[in-house]
Amino acid sequence: MATTVVSRKASRPHGIEARRRRVAYALLTPGGAWMFVFLVLPVAVMAYMSLKSGGVLSGGFRFTWAFENYVDALAGRQTFFLRSVIYAGSTTLGTVVLSYPAAYWIAFHGGRFKSALLFTILLPYFVSFVIRTVQWKFILADHGLVLGTLKDLGLLPEDFRVLSTWVAVVGGLIYNYLPFAALPLYVAIERIDRAVVECAYDLYATPVQAFTKVIFPLSMPGVFAATLLTFVPATGDYVEAEVLGGPTTRMIGNIIQTEYLRQARYPVAAALSMVLMFGMVVLTSLYAKLIGTEDETVAAAVGA
Amino acid sequence: MSAVLGAATRTDAVAGREPAPLRRPRFRKARALLGGYTGLLVLYLVSPILLMILFGFNDVPGERQQPRFWGFTLDWYRNVFADASLNEAVRNSLVVAVTAAAIATPLGTTLGLVLGRYVFRGRAAVNFVIFMGIAVPEIVLGSSLLSLFIESRAPLGLFTILLSHVAFSIPFVAVTVRARVAGMDRSLEDAAQDLYATPPVAFWTVTFPLILPGITAGFLLSFVLSLDDFVISNFVSGQVQTFPIWVYGATRIGIPPTVNVYGTILFVAGVLMALATAFGRRREV
Repeated sequence: MATTVVSRKASRPHGIEARRRRVAYALLTPGGAWMFVFLVLPVAVMAYMSLKSGGVLSGGFRFTWAFENYVDALAGRQTFFLRSVIYAGSTTLGTVVLSYPAAYWIAFHGGRFKSALLFTILLPYFVSFVIRTVQWKFILADHGLVLGTLKDLGLLPEDFRVLSTWVAVVGGLIYNYLPFAALPLYVAIERIDRAVVECAYDLYATPVQAFTKVIFPLSMPGVFAATLLTFVPATGDYVEAEVLGGPTTRMIGNIIQTEYLRQARYPVAAALSMVLMFGMVVLTSLYAKLIGTEDETVAAAVGA
Repeated sequence: MSAVLGAATRTDAVAGREPAPLRRPRFRKARALLGGYTGLLVLYLVSPILLMILFGFNDVPGERQQPRFWGFTLDWYRNVFADASLNEAVRNSLVVAVTAAAIATPLGTTLGLVLGRYVFRGRAAVNFVIFMGIAVPEIVLGSSLLSLFIESRAPLGLFTILLSHVAFSIPFVAVTVRARVAGMDRSLEDAAQDLYATPPVAFWTVTFPLILPGITAGFLLSFVLSLDDFVISNFVSGQVQTFPIWVYGATRIGIPPTVNVYGTILFVAGVLMALATAFGRRREV
C-alpha cells in the first residue's frame, strides 16, 4: 500500500502534492482531535492524578509529585496482580486450545456454511455480556441446572461448589473471550495456501507432521493475535470475578474499581491503573519481540 | 470484543475466493470428529443465550430469576415495561448507542480513509493510538476517562458516557474502513479522474460507494459496542444507569425475568439487523 502511494507521489507535480497533504490533514483532524482529547489526554491526566496527595475529607487532592502513591498502591497488592496474570494466562490457553480445532474445521471444511458458522460463534455478542455472565451464575449455581442434577444423581457430594472458586471465574473468562481467539485463528488458517498443505502430503507427511510442520507454523499470526486479544483484556477484567467469584478470586480490576468508585482514593487508584497499563505494554512488547513484530500484531489484530 | 466483530466483516473480503477443500478420503473420520466438536463448541457458546430466552418465559413465583423452570408464561412479555427505572436504563442505552455511532462513524471513516491511502508525518503515531484504543484493557480506558472528568470538573452523566463511547468507537470504525480502503482497486478512481471527474465527484461516485460496506459495518460495530459496554460506562456514568449497569446492579438481589425479555428483544433485533446487512451486501455484489 505505502509503496504505491510513494511512487504515485513522485510522478505528481508539486501543487497537487501540497493539496493532497492539506486534504489528508483536514480529514485527519476531527477524528484525531477526538482521540487525542478522550484517549491520549486522559492517560496524561491519570498520570498527573497518580502523583497527588491529600484526601477527600482533608480538603481535596494536591499535586505534590507523590511517588509514594505507587509504593502504597503496590504494597500488599502483588497477589491481585499475580492472580490476574495467572487467570488471564489460563484463559488465553483455554480459549486458544478450545477454539483452534473449530477454527481449523470451519476454515478448511466449512464449505458454504463458513459464514453461517462464524456468525453462530459471534452470536454471544448480541447479548449484553453482563446478562451472559449472570446466566452462567444460574448454570453453575450450587443447586442449579448442572450441579443440582449431578448431586441428585449422587455423582457429586452435596457441598461441592463451583461458584466463588477460581474455576467459575476462569470458566466465565474463557466463555466471554473465546470468540476473540476463534476469529483471528480462523482468519489466519483461512489464509493458508491449500497447495502448500497438499505438497506436504505429497511428500509423505503424516497428518500430524503436516499439522505441526506446516499448518500450525503458518497459523502463528493468528495464534499471536488471539493470545493478545484474550490476555490483555482478561487481565483487566473484573465482572466475572465479581459475579461468579468470591472473596478469594478478586482480581486487580476489582481493586481498581473499588478504589475509584467506592473509596474515592483517586491517586492510589490512578497509580494502580498506570501500573496495569504499563505492565500490559511491557508484557505485550516482550511477547511481540519473542514471537512476531508489532506490525504483524497490528495487522493480525485489525486485518489491515 | 469488537476486534472480533471487525474480523467478521473482514472475512467478507476473502469469501470471494473459495479454495477447494482437502479431498483425502482417509481423513474422513478425523474430519467428522472435528465437525462434531465444532457443533459442541457452538452449543456451549449459545447455551447462556438459550437460557436467557427460556427464562423470559419462566412462570417463576416472585420477581426474581431462579435456576429452575416452573412452566411457560407470557406474563413477563406483557409486563415488560412495568419497571420505570429499567425502561429508562434501556432508553439511555439506545439513545447513547445511536448518537455515539452517528458521531463516531464519520470521524472514524475519515481517519480510516486517510490512513488507508495517504503517507503523512505522524501516521505511525495515529496508528499507535488506534491500536492502543483497541488493545488497552477497558478498565484502564474507563479509569483514565474518569480521571479526566474529575480533573476538568465535568458533571458525570449521559453526556460523559456519550463522549467516552465515541472515543472508544472511533478506532474500531477507523480500522474497519481502513481495511476496506486498503482492499480497494485504486485504478477505478484513477479511471474516473482520467474521464475528467473532479476529485470530489470521483470520490462521491466511485470511492464512497466502494467503501460504503466498511462504513456500514463500522456504524453497526460502534452501535453494538456502545450498547454492550459496561466497564467504561460504569466508571463515567455517575448516577445515570444504562441497561448493562442496571442489570449489573440487579445481580446482587437477583435479576427480574423482564431483563431476559429485554435481552431477548435486543438479541433478536440485533441478529435481524446483522442478517439484513449481510444479505443486502451479498445482493450488491
